[in-house]
Amino acid sequence: MKDFMFIFSNGSSSGQLSPEQMQDNMQQWFAWIEKLKANNTYVSGEALLPGGKTVKGPKGVVTDGPFAESKELVGGYFIIRAASIEEATEIAKDCPDLPLNGNVEVREVMKFDNM
Amino acid sequence: MPSSPSSPQQIVDHLFRHESGKMIAVLTRIFGMHNLSLAEDVMQEAFLKAVQTWAFDKVPDNPSAWLMTVARNKALDIIRRQQHFQHLSGELAYHLQHTTESTVRQLFLDTEITDSQLRMIFACCHPALKEEDQIALTLKTVSGFGTAEIARALVTNEAVVQKRLYRARQFIKDHDIQLEIPSGQALVPRLETVYTVLYLLFNEGYNSLKADELIREDLCMEAMRLCLLLTEHKVGKQPGTFALLSLMCFQASRFDSRVDENNAIVLLQHQDRNTWNRDLINLGYRYLGQSSQGDLLTVYHIESAIAAEHCLAPSFEQTNWRRMLQLYDLLLEEKPMPVVCLNRAIVLSQLGHKDEAINEIITIPDIEKLLSSHYIYSAVLGDLYLQNGDMANACKYLTQARQLTASHAEQQLIREKLQRITSNGNPQAN
Repeated sequence: MKDFMFIFSNGSSSGQLSPEQMQDNMQQWFAWIEKLKANNTYVSGEALLPGGKTVKGPKGVVTDGPFAESKELVGGYFIIRAASIEEATEIAKDCPDLPLNGNVEVREVMKFDNM
Repeated sequence: MPSSPSSPQQIVDHLFRHESGKMIAVLTRIFGMHNLSLAEDVMQEAFLKAVQTWAFDKVPDNPSAWLMTVARNKALDIIRRQQHFQHLSGELAYHLQHTTESTVRQLFLDTEITDSQLRMIFACCHPALKEEDQIALTLKTVSGFGTAEIARALVTNEAVVQKRLYRARQFIKDHDIQLEIPSGQALVPRLETVYTVLYLLFNEGYNSLKADELIREDLCMEAMRLCLLLTEHKVGKQPGTFALLSLMCFQASRFDSRVDENNAIVLLQHQDRNTWNRDLINLGYRYLGQSSQGDLLTVYHIESAIAAEHCLAPSFEQTNWRRMLQLYDLLLEEKPMPVVCLNRAIVLSQLGHKDEAINEIITIPDIEKLLSSHYIYSAVLGDLYLQNGDMANACKYLTQARQLTASHAEQQLIREKLQRITSNGNPQAN
């Protein structure tokens, strides 16, 4: 089994959802995480605060906000366990934010002892 | 991390909706009615924070308090960012800052939240606003409905709702409507407007115009929740409020009996009275009792007494129709409206006065217009003709009623009646 990182961006943080829709979306996240935990797929996850800083180049120039556009804002990440990138990608398709135009970037975590 | 892996975390149904009403009310009291959209932005941000952190971590023990704290801190941030005290001494600036912040904290206390919500209800029910705008604005700002949800509830489209909301907000801005509870002379008429809006909201849900859903329970529940909120505040704790709430309880007690498992209508005479919700009926009686403390008799008292009479009767046949007629006579005096005449006519026919019942309906002023625009008039009249054996007229009005209603359940009910007429052979015969 390999570890994969899901990086969530955009999604429920954009657009105008009604309170009821937001609650519904949250309930779907709860259910999804529970499902991933139940079949031992979920390893860990954290939410990220909006905003942040970027440090760039040799002079270490600091700019506000990690991204140029707020819609690229990363809301959080998961580490999950899967056999292959294909399987991980299938799992990512259940992300409740996809119908809300959210994105999930799926990346394999590099294991140094495998090199 | 969530404790039991088998069941996902649950939060109370409609928590966000209800919290949004509270937040908007308090935040609007802080930023002013003209900054309603700022209040909405803060609310949106608070929910976003909840969605993100609760899903990754866990739902706090008191989600409601958690949300309100986030909203309060965001409000304080905005105030801090916008205060410019450069032209004041450090001492004075400190005092002003301190006073403002403690006032804001004060407004987030539970008692003040209820007070703010009530102010918001009164503002949304401003008598100069159109009824349809009042309802849309109340659902949006007090009840936390989204535009699409309002459109679905009121069986219209989003563009119409947006227009109503825009019109209402513009009016509030233009006329500098304040978030306040009217006092003295102004309170009574304003409370009446609030009753009307809540009554309409409940009716909207009780007899939904929607094709596939006869009862929109969430709308009725919302009307009841707001009415209950009114009774909990000294200003709203009036006989009329209790009467309205008791009426809603009696009507809501029959929700599960009015529609069968095939979504077909079950008429009052065929309803299994054992399935009526006894808890709601008892609550209805309790509120009706509380409504009689005072010398005020509102239409809601009479309507609630009529609803209570149905709940009291062990069977449809044992309904006290004489008492019912007295109540309708009284109601007609207080509320001389076609719909009251119509219902009174039904009681007359139950007492055996079938010709008189038909006569009462066809002599309603402008009845032709009503018959051709609201299905309920044609449906009742057709039904009375049917009982009277006048099959030609029964056919005519029932057909008209079927064409006028969008509800599948209503159409089905009328279709069955029409089939019974034609299956008896000659539509002219009995």
